[in-house]
Amino acid sequence: MIKTDTKRDKVFIIFCYIFVALLVIITFYPFWDLFILSISPRSEALKPGLRLFTSAPTLQAYETVFKSNEIIRSFWNSLVRVVVGTVFSLGVTALTAYPLSKRDMPFNKLVTFIILFTMIFSGGMIPSYLLVKDLHIMNTIWALILPTAVTAYNLIIMRNFLESLPPSLEESACIDGASYMTIWYKIVLPLSKPVLATVMLWIAVAHWNNYFDAMIYMHDRSKYTLPVVLRRILLENELDKYLPEGAIDTGTAPQTPETTKGAIVMVSTIPIICVYPFIQKYFTKGVMLGAVKG
Amino acid sequence: MSAASLKNRETYSKKNQNHTLLQRMKPYGLLYLMLLPGLALVIIFCYGPMYGLQIAFKDYNIGLGIWDSPWVGLKHFTKFFGTEAATRALTNTIIISFLKLIFSFPMPILLAIVLNEIGNQTFKRIAQTISYLPHFISWIIVASLLNNLLSPSSGVVNVIIQKLGGSSIYFLADSKWFRFILVVSNIWKEIGWSSVVYLAALSGIDPSLYEAAIVDGATRIQRITRITLPSILPIATTMLILSMGNIMSAGFDQVFNLYSPQVYDVADILDTYVYRKGLVDMSYSFSTAVGLFKSVVGLILVVTVNLITKKISPDSGSGLW
Repeated sequence: MIKTDTKRDKVFIIFCYIFVALLVIITFYPFWDLFILSISPRSEALKPGLRLFTSAPTLQAYETVFKSNEIIRSFWNSLVRVVVGTVFSLGVTALTAYPLSKRDMPFNKLVTFIILFTMIFSGGMIPSYLLVKDLHIMNTIWALILPTAVTAYNLIIMRNFLESLPPSLEESACIDGASYMTIWYKIVLPLSKPVLATVMLWIAVAHWNNYFDAMIYMHDRSKYTLPVVLRRILLENELDKYLPEGAIDTGTAPQTPETTKGAIVMVSTIPIICVYPFIQKYFTKGVMLGAVKG
Repeated sequence: MSAASLKNRETYSKKNQNHTLLQRMKPYGLLYLMLLPGLALVIIFCYGPMYGLQIAFKDYNIGLGIWDSPWVGLKHFTKFFGTEAATRALTNTIIISFLKLIFSFPMPILLAIVLNEIGNQTFKRIAQTISYLPHFISWIIVASLLNNLLSPSSGVVNVIIQKLGGSSIYFLADSKWFRFILVVSNIWKEIGWSSVVYLAALSGIDPSLYEAAIVDGATRIQRITRITLPSILPIATTMLILSMGNIMSAGFDQVFNLYSPQVYDVADILDTYVYRKGLVDMSYSFSTAVGLFKSVVGLILVVTVNLITKKISPDSGSGLW
């Protein structure tokens, strides 16, 4: 490589590094701040200003959080939702994407249009709510799983991937007279691992984060998912309703309500932060696959 | 299934265009069966609500149901345009969307270009990993992070403002500041993730272009304006069309988790208004009418913008379909 950087170029490069470094700090600091708050003793939690570290880390706030049966139950509900919802949604999406990749199949265009149209027009909030109500799946896990099970975006990504596979792979099986179902199961699915991983992670994160459907469809407190409880505690100030009595008694308890809230946020964010670096490459791969073209 | 190869069956059906439809469909029999569950879910849960849209023109009565409720014509739409809170929600939606379009949309492009100039691969990878993270965190969490940072008494931001001699600002409850917070937090959450598509486009640039430019003595800035920027223009156009289609949305999850009655005047958007009218006040028909208005305008926007892009550059491939 020929060195051609002028002085201005060098200044520009330095600017680039500073820009990216600042972005990294600004992105990371809010999480760090809250993490430090969640392990700070009462005396330090009340101090305003930057929180870079704490002198006497304590897990008291986490102990309080794990003493709350309701928070534990909502964590469990969320896990069940993620597992059942992801398996169901991924299965149906994979099953549907395969026929869609057969462009010569009669009615393929019509079906593709029916699915793509949902990307640009929808019935909206209230009719969807009334539908779930009329189907009598309100207050059941199906209200959280069925309506979002098949999305046009995931389908198109998976179909695009299947179309990019060399047809010869399928043809060899065809000669043996295998049925489409067998080909799908034995050849297409194993080849689709990268796209299946991507879509699976998207679906799982969506289920973990989705609060709105759970908020409007689940009426029993015992069926609340973690984001619903989070919303109530963090944004509607219902912390005391979810903790054992006296746990955050003002003035005397070992930690402030803010510390406990911080611990709750960490409990719900740490699963994502922990798995995230390992799965990140799949996420980005997926975006490349997902040229939205119909 | 017969033992004949599927390939033969497919070509058979292709070559015999004069066969009846049923005959052409026959070799695909099992595939139609595989299509069924997914298609059924789409029809029930995406088209089912569209059937329910008729209550926008009716007075929905829970006892009578969607079909038997009486027709009332455009009553709810007239009410929509006559209600101050509703038109305010419409204006807010458009203003917030445009603010995000103007300020948030170029940021990921800027980040992609800057990242592209970074030679240290480890630093680049770490920066990317961290900048994507907020995309996967829900707005509830982001709202609580913001509450913590922007707290008027102990938040870092206000401590800094006070140190600089200013007086603390209650950003989330101040109408003057709320939209600013919406735009900034939106950039914070999505800048990294949105840059992925642009980075993908950049990685597709032929390196010989840069080499030739270097030989010709082009400076870095010139290389960026002459090679890098034109290469991401098509994908940027596509992304712009997509965001134009979302102008009527403005980000429900974000606003819903950040706003409070003190800032309704600048923050209440169509979706949050529909939520409060429909699911809190239970005015099902009225809120459905507001929602339908939103969806139809959104649909018209996407189709129009797409048509225009196709007219302007017919073969750049930047249209959506």
